[in-house]
Amino acid sequence: MSKASDTLLEPVLQRNPIGAQMLGICSALAVTTKLSTSLTMALAVTFVLVCSNALLSAIRRFIPSSIRMIVQMTIIASLVIVVDQILKAYAYDLSKQLSVYVGLIITNCIIMGRAEAFAMKNGVGLSILDGLGNGLGYSVVLLAVGGVRELVGSGTLLGYTVLPSTAAGGWYMTNGLFLLSPSAFFLIGLLIWALEYRRQTLAAKGR
Amino acid sequence: MFEHYLSLFLQSIFTENLALAFFLGMCTYVAVSKRVETATGLGIAVIVVQTITLPVNNLLYHYVLKEGALAWAGYPDLDLSFLVLICSIGVIAAMVQLLEMVLDRFFPALYNSLGIFLPLITVNCAILGGSLFMVERQYNVAESVVFGLGSGIGWALAIMLLAAVREKMRYSKVPKGLDGLGITFITVGLIAMAFMAFSGIEL
Repeated sequence: MSKASDTLLEPVLQRNPIGAQMLGICSALAVTTKLSTSLTMALAVTFVLVCSNALLSAIRRFIPSSIRMIVQMTIIASLVIVVDQILKAYAYDLSKQLSVYVGLIITNCIIMGRAEAFAMKNGVGLSILDGLGNGLGYSVVLLAVGGVRELVGSGTLLGYTVLPSTAAGGWYMTNGLFLLSPSAFFLIGLLIWALEYRRQTLAAKGR
Repeated sequence: MFEHYLSLFLQSIFTENLALAFFLGMCTYVAVSKRVETATGLGIAVIVVQTITLPVNNLLYHYVLKEGALAWAGYPDLDLSFLVLICSIGVIAAMVQLLEMVLDRFFPALYNSLGIFLPLITVNCAILGGSLFMVERQYNVAESVVFGLGSGIGWALAIMLLAAVREKMRYSKVPKGLDGLGITFITVGLIAMAFMAFSGIEL
């Protein structure tokens, strides 16, 4: 039981895929100008991660190791196509805003990384939990960065006005820098600083 | 005509830099930028692969996958555009493999200096992202060659810049917890801000 909960919860904070392992940063930076796109992306990645982990772990004994990369790639790509088509069918505007980044889930290193490091070695149940945990860890960072950028950059959250901006007759002067790419680098940098500082302090205390 | 290509070329290097404006290839960008030498090797590999795969993917898209593209084979109603993702990644993997063999056979020196970076390029999202942008923006074959070369050079330039900064930064004192990845991200943010200065330029 404790192994299962460890598998699920460890990647959320201690071994966060973005904050600690440096995986899947490209999409994390690009789609976080708004909370709604961050949320969609987080859901999409979690879905692909859970499914690919489950599928690959189920067939892990039948994959010859020399062609495992191609098999992994094919399964991941098929899942991403499913997500892409669903988004195009039911949330066309969002899929236009996410543009190429949905397709880029294929090369998102979290998914390949977890497939290679975990799903190829563990059972289906644990692999699903691992996928879910890493998906959650990814989502937490994405939502945090997306929330800050949308709140500071345009004074809204999920499109609802939180801080009425001067352009709309309110008092809040929006900070346009937070809608541009450099701010994402700064925010992730600061986030890593906080996580790393906490980790080092804990390690110094010897837990 | 020439001006159009020149402006596309400069645009893909500076204002729409794949690494700094679209965050593509970030994993390798941060991981392999500790030394200028290795960064240069990876940069050159990306330029070569990008310039080859983009036109190939472009031809594939226009003559096989696009809606109605199979009219020459007698299937005018077929729309295979949902296969773009899987085909692009297949082409990229195949091209990288081919390039590896050619380099191994004819340019062993270059092959040895690139080493592990060649296979890594398959999962570099700058390459797949380039292909997907090309499909989204409806480039023709000539434009895709120019865009491939330009965006490759832009990415290489960005990683070489970061590597140079990081080499210098090794001797400076960084606050606890911020050294390593944290400060690298802040540096990339500053470089990205500097590149944004190009964005006002009309060509």
